[in-house]
Amino acid sequence: MKRRTLLTSSAMALGLAATMGTAALAQDEPLKVGFIYVGPVGDFGWTTAHDVGRLAAVEHFGDSLETVFVESVPEGADSGRVMTQMALSGADMIFATSFGYGPEINAVAQRFPDIAFEHATGYLQEAPNVSLYNARFYEGRAVIGHIAARMTESNVVGYIASFPIPEVIMGINAAYLAAKAANPDIEFRVVWAYTWFDPAQEAAAAEALIEQGADIIMQHTDSTAPLTVAQEHGALAFGQASDMSSFAPDVHLTAIEDNWAPYYIRRIQERMDGTWEADNVWLGIPDGEVVLSPFNDRIPADVQEEANAMIAAITDGSFHPFTGPINRQDGSTWLAEGETAPDGDLLGMDFYVEGMTGEIPN
Amino acid sequence: MLRLEKRPNPSQFWNYATPVVAVLLTMVAGGILFWVLGKNPFEAIKLIFWDPLFSEQFAAYSRPQLLIKAGPLILIAVGLAIGFRAGIWNIGAEGQYIIGALCAAQMALWFYPAELWIVFPLMILAGAFGGWLWAMIPAVLKTRFNTNEILVSLLLVYVAEKILAAAATGFMRNPEGSGFPGSRNIFNYSAASNQELIANSGLHWGVVAAFIAVIFAYVLLHRHLLGFHVQLAGQAPRAAKFAGVAPARLVLLCLGISGLMAGLAGMFEVAGPARLITIDFNSGYGFTAIIVAFLGRLHPIGIVLAGLLLALTYIGGELAQFMLNLPSAAIQVFQGMLLFFLLALDVLSNYRLRLMRPAPVTAPAPKPSTESV
Repeated sequence: MKRRTLLTSSAMALGLAATMGTAALAQDEPLKVGFIYVGPVGDFGWTTAHDVGRLAAVEHFGDSLETVFVESVPEGADSGRVMTQMALSGADMIFATSFGYGPEINAVAQRFPDIAFEHATGYLQEAPNVSLYNARFYEGRAVIGHIAARMTESNVVGYIASFPIPEVIMGINAAYLAAKAANPDIEFRVVWAYTWFDPAQEAAAAEALIEQGADIIMQHTDSTAPLTVAQEHGALAFGQASDMSSFAPDVHLTAIEDNWAPYYIRRIQERMDGTWEADNVWLGIPDGEVVLSPFNDRIPADVQEEANAMIAAITDGSFHPFTGPINRQDGSTWLAEGETAPDGDLLGMDFYVEGMTGEIPN
Repeated sequence: MLRLEKRPNPSQFWNYATPVVAVLLTMVAGGILFWVLGKNPFEAIKLIFWDPLFSEQFAAYSRPQLLIKAGPLILIAVGLAIGFRAGIWNIGAEGQYIIGALCAAQMALWFYPAELWIVFPLMILAGAFGGWLWAMIPAVLKTRFNTNEILVSLLLVYVAEKILAAAATGFMRNPEGSGFPGSRNIFNYSAASNQELIANSGLHWGVVAAFIAVIFAYVLLHRHLLGFHVQLAGQAPRAAKFAGVAPARLVLLCLGISGLMAGLAGMFEVAGPARLITIDFNSGYGFTAIIVAFLGRLHPIGIVLAGLLLALTYIGGELAQFMLNLPSAAIQVFQGMLLFFLLALDVLSNYRLRLMRPAPVTAPAPKPSTESV
């Protein structure tokens, strides 16, 4: 699938913790790290965010690190070939930044046991040198859900969803729960675009939602097109993966930014020190991996304050966006009073929470 | 002023030489492009054309990859070329490829996990049938309602993509994949797996099928009456009518063959290199094959060479990207140049450039003349 955002399932993790065969590398040779991107580095969204992380690592390590990358690598057999060629060229570590690279990473990793493989948003670990990493984007979704609920006048939020998979459903639910808590009259309209990146289709979805009365647009797709449409119609919107404010300066309220730099720097350092181990991590706002872009001045001061308080509460662990009581859409109980959602439930989420209208397509 | 004038007898030599010259010109122009980007042009060209084949570091791996990448391109392009020669434009091979793969995958999943030898042959039939069926839609619409097959076949690609997404996230989803999209790994299901026939050769059943298709197309086009009809319909539709060629039959046949071959390519891909059905299982083979067909002069042997050449630019292009930090757009421009030069040289080999004298209107002072204008 076009990239990524599928989450690691702790149940799937094999609990592998094999230290890399090769110990710390000689100091005089730079560590060679390869990156495989699913889109162009200039997509202003998902891939741009990963490349910003790569550049931060380059700056951090200077001459002791050499990075290479290939952009717009299709998922499937092509990605396996690129990874193999990178491995043959002497890479010590490879970051593959899209969900669909999973089967290939595991196949290539078995051929090159001395190379450390890092897979973003994947779930397969069939070799001891495959590590998984992902971000808790839903924490950011809760924050923008709250902002949306406090700023809408029509009480209708338009949501451009990509594919009906747990990651996306989790995002809708997180945003909706936070929105409903702030404004009980809120209503979400969801359009399933069945694409991660298709500016024309995303723009059409945004138009349709605005026509249906939505005055705020949220997106779980990667292009800047919905923002541009919102700007034209005077609706409000949120950016995705990177700060997209330059595309719609008046209506871009904030964006859920993916900040991979801390993770990349830490893991590369571990590989240099010879302490790298396969892992399976799911980091979020507390770790600085999910960041809200600077708020637009249009957000009233009190709403900004509430949003910042929410971020602070997520950071110190006192607030979890999925805290009971929460019922499923069909009225059955999901989380009891005070209970927080186990990661396994979130990673397999295939239902709307109570209050959401419409159906998840199947 | 320049004018194009059709050459009465285009040179046979240039018909075969233009692809070679186009490749050379692409190397020169591409070299300049890479040089402008601040890279060593000789190194870049060497990485793209030489290293995948001969470098010690990469060749052992990338030579077989050449077959894996070229296999589906050749298989699809050969089918398309038959239709293109008859003036029947199937632009939707990408969709037929998807549907073929879906039908084959569904066949495999029905049998899973039974280890029966019949599974693989049934998948081949299912893949061929799926591709054929998807191509029959534009074919029947054209013959019954005179719709334009270019539009219908192209638009059906998008329909096929939606079905693919629905399959990967819904009815074909791996029940053991904890809710993640994507089917079971068909490559790992040995009764359905399209393995390499000789280890590390890149030779799988899809490549074999491609070569069989090439021979089949060669015989059909050059040794069979039907091939004559195909060519006639493309070059002189009126004459074809007089010769008793039924246009409707030809449409059904040409779209059917190209759809079938695209479906087969999808089948071999999903059971082999692609391993499973995913939301973005298709990676543009159906569209790239159109370029391969034209680059190969719509000739089966030419298509083999063109398929291998294009596969080489993909594999070498990836190499150049990460060895020299070239942007992928530069490689795409490079591939685009190849087609551009080929088409440009085609024009020159079929037409003559004539320098025309400026039209009399622009002459400074018209001379008084006794003759009427």
